[in-house]
Amino acid sequence: MRTTFIETLTDLAASDPRVTLVTGDLGFGVVQDFAERFPKQFVNAGVAEQNMTGLATGMALSGRIVFTYSIANFPTLRPLEQIRNDACYHNANVVVVAVGGGLSYGAFGMTHHATEDIAILRSLPQITVVAPGDPTETTAATKKLAEGIGPVYLRLGRAGEPVVHTGPIDWQLGKALETRSGTDATIISTGAMLATAVAAADQLSEVGLDVRVLSMHTIKPLDTQAILAAAEQTGVVVTLEEHSILGGLGGAVAETLCEAGLPGVAFQRIGLPSEYITEVGNQDYLRSRNGLDIDSVARTVAATVDTKQQFRALQAV
Amino acid sequence: MNTQLELPELARRIRVHAVQMANRAGSCHVGSSLSMAEILAVLYGKVMRVDPANPEAVDRDRFVLSKGHACGALYSVLAECGFFPLDWLESFFQNGGRLPGHATAKGIPGIEVSTGSLGHGLPIATGMALAAKRDSHPHRVFCVLSDGECDEGSNWEAALFAPHHQLDNLIAIVDYNKIQSLGHVNDVMPLEPFVDKWQSFGWHTVGIDGHSIKELTSTLQTLPLEHGKPTCVIAHTVKGKGVDFMEDQLLWHYRTPRGDEYTQALAQLGEVV
Repeated sequence: MRTTFIETLTDLAASDPRVTLVTGDLGFGVVQDFAERFPKQFVNAGVAEQNMTGLATGMALSGRIVFTYSIANFPTLRPLEQIRNDACYHNANVVVVAVGGGLSYGAFGMTHHATEDIAILRSLPQITVVAPGDPTETTAATKKLAEGIGPVYLRLGRAGEPVVHTGPIDWQLGKALETRSGTDATIISTGAMLATAVAAADQLSEVGLDVRVLSMHTIKPLDTQAILAAAEQTGVVVTLEEHSILGGLGGAVAETLCEAGLPGVAFQRIGLPSEYITEVGNQDYLRSRNGLDIDSVARTVAATVDTKQQFRALQAV
Repeated sequence: MNTQLELPELARRIRVHAVQMANRAGSCHVGSSLSMAEILAVLYGKVMRVDPANPEAVDRDRFVLSKGHACGALYSVLAECGFFPLDWLESFFQNGGRLPGHATAKGIPGIEVSTGSLGHGLPIATGMALAAKRDSHPHRVFCVLSDGECDEGSNWEAALFAPHHQLDNLIAIVDYNKIQSLGHVNDVMPLEPFVDKWQSFGWHTVGIDGHSIKELTSTLQTLPLEHGKPTCVIAHTVKGKGVDFMEDQLLWHYRTPRGDEYTQALAQLGEVV
């Protein structure tokens, strides 16, 4: 996703001199081409994320569309107040880009696990929160955000995420992408968990469950219509995110479902426990240790369907 | 030049408004407004290229008040210069009013940036200066900071950045009134050698009397002070300047002038209630 993002942004910068990339001294081997081709549109702010974000706001208020770039929590939590007071309050065209959403930097340790960012960022007024499901979505999202739509948090994976959408997609900001149709249950996935969601749905089809998969690439504004339709049509909604169980996609979907008050809908969140991960391991390892691997997701979805069926059986009695 | 007023009179009016606003509102931070009256008078009355009739002109100089709590003085100078009607000042801090207790850009002509949390202004101003340089725009960016907010690391991030990018269109002015939130700067978090610090970061830095209109004018009229370097003006000031019982008193970071104190303050500022 990282490479896809930079390549797309580089193309955009060629045609729009407002598009500017400000890095917090990260992106070795990734940002070099952009920097060389567009020196007036590139800034290395150094390892100084508060200044980076304020600086980006100042540039945005001067007419630019500025992408700040760093990894994990560095561009988000470190300068959170600059995002809130500077970028968001002024409705500035600042796109905060975090590479390494979730556990991408697994073995690097807790400091590099971005696992509360969605919950925290989505609570800010004005901001749009986007976590593309695969490289194809990343391209579409980057193009949209480079139009200058106000403050955005763009949460990316790292490198090597599989392409899930092999054909053309109709990616629209704030509209969930139905990646797989289904009528027995729905997995709503955000970010790079999409591939896992689709694989789990494939696995479940082998045991006769027809599972819909929605890529909820935009967490704010949330596509409540797609969520409610999924709940009504499939009766089982499971959210999947590489993020704390608290306040992220699962929280956002729960808010929608609870307020809608649909009867008989089974709902389950899959995410990380609200704990610091002290185990050492790469992304796949840590995902599997926390129930985010394909088998675990499939089991959780199946169990949620079972719960619903048992509930229905009880009701029938 | 944005006002027909003589600069000492503009500074005096800034102080009178600041005291009146604090009194009406029951608000605080009056000492912080009084210490920078001459700084704002010289910037708006003499130095900055701004036009109240066209506050968003592309080539305007930008002003960022990083010490947003001293917005009373900023609102006052803008009103005196005609950016908005003087009677807007009466709505300061009031329910349903236009002007909150920290500087806001929302719907207030002449205010570029909303501030209040300290340490935000200089990075934003630096971004504006960088954009201006990159886009070959001639305007300058002025940022007024408090001394206390120089405790914030974000300022020093910007202080490192600006000289590296040779932002000689950026001017930081520190209202060095020597008192911060809980005490004298020297007791809380000493900044000295203050000029040397900025200088060592690569800023052309001068220490001047921040109440001397003559010194402020001569310093700020021929910018940049050094080609290729941002300018830092350490303006030595007195908190609460102009009202003797407020001067150099921590209390007047918080206290609202009322009753006899209010009458005396206005009298000392040449205003009859």
